[in-house]
Amino acid sequence: MSSGFVRHRRSKRIHATFSDFEADLLRSLASQLVELLHNESAMPSAGTDPLEAMLDFSGPTTEPEDPVLKRLFPSAYRDDDEAAAEFRRFTEGSLRDGKARAAATIIDTLEEAGLPPEPGEEELTIDVELDEETAQVWLRSFTDLRLALGTRLGVEEGDEEKWYALPEEDPRAQAHHVYEWLGYLQETLILSLA
Amino acid sequence: MDPGVEQDLTPDEITLADTPWVTVVWNDPVNLMSYVTYVFQKHFGYSKKKAEKLMMEVHEDGKSAVSSGSREEMERDVQAMHEYGLWATLSKAE
Repeated sequence: MSSGFVRHRRSKRIHATFSDFEADLLRSLASQLVELLHNESAMPSAGTDPLEAMLDFSGPTTEPEDPVLKRLFPSAYRDDDEAAAEFRRFTEGSLRDGKARAAATIIDTLEEAGLPPEPGEEELTIDVELDEETAQVWLRSFTDLRLALGTRLGVEEGDEEKWYALPEEDPRAQAHHVYEWLGYLQETLILSLA
Repeated sequence: MDPGVEQDLTPDEITLADTPWVTVVWNDPVNLMSYVTYVFQKHFGYSKKKAEKLMMEVHEDGKSAVSSGSREEMERDVQAMHEYGLWATLSKAE
């Protein structure tokens, strides 16, 4: 298993080594996130004047339906729906783009490091080298991936035992392993950036 | 000061204009404590000690007011927190 990220003392760049299986898993999670971010239409809410709604390309005003998107783009005002809608209209579009670009950066970096479109018979080692800026992008995107996976699984504070008690072959147990693995990788990335 | 303007301001409006806003970060079960601390240092330029104190407030009290200022400034901070994946809202300071 990958031992995570370390900062190279002389070059100051941040390194990690993944097996092709691990790199392919990261790519697959990042692609799913990109798809989700572009999936549910980011449209202004219905109920306003139809013509006005059609001419309004600025951004959505209501919370997304999907629980993951809801968590990634929470309401900025708890007790003021109108202000929350205005805030969303001006921010959600660019937040979505930023998160999709960050996930795409992970995919690009892995492929530039030699991850083939389809992992084959031969086992490969993928060496990733990140400059400070790209490492920041990876760090933020790891958060989005963990939020997505954690929300889908229904992770709660201090519920580790519940997951460990599941049989090994339970897909939820396996997904939780991946979730913890991402957490481990992120922890090493924070340490190497600090 | 122009006395005409002064007369037009009711005490309510004065209070409203003077009330600062705060950015509140809420606890969530996913984000790592080290990550939340890192974000507070990185975005707000806080010392490690201050960032850790705020992170512990979020963790133990469920939320913490992490910055204050004008409404526009707080909207920018909330947007930045959402970019980082933290759950943040803004409200008038209590």
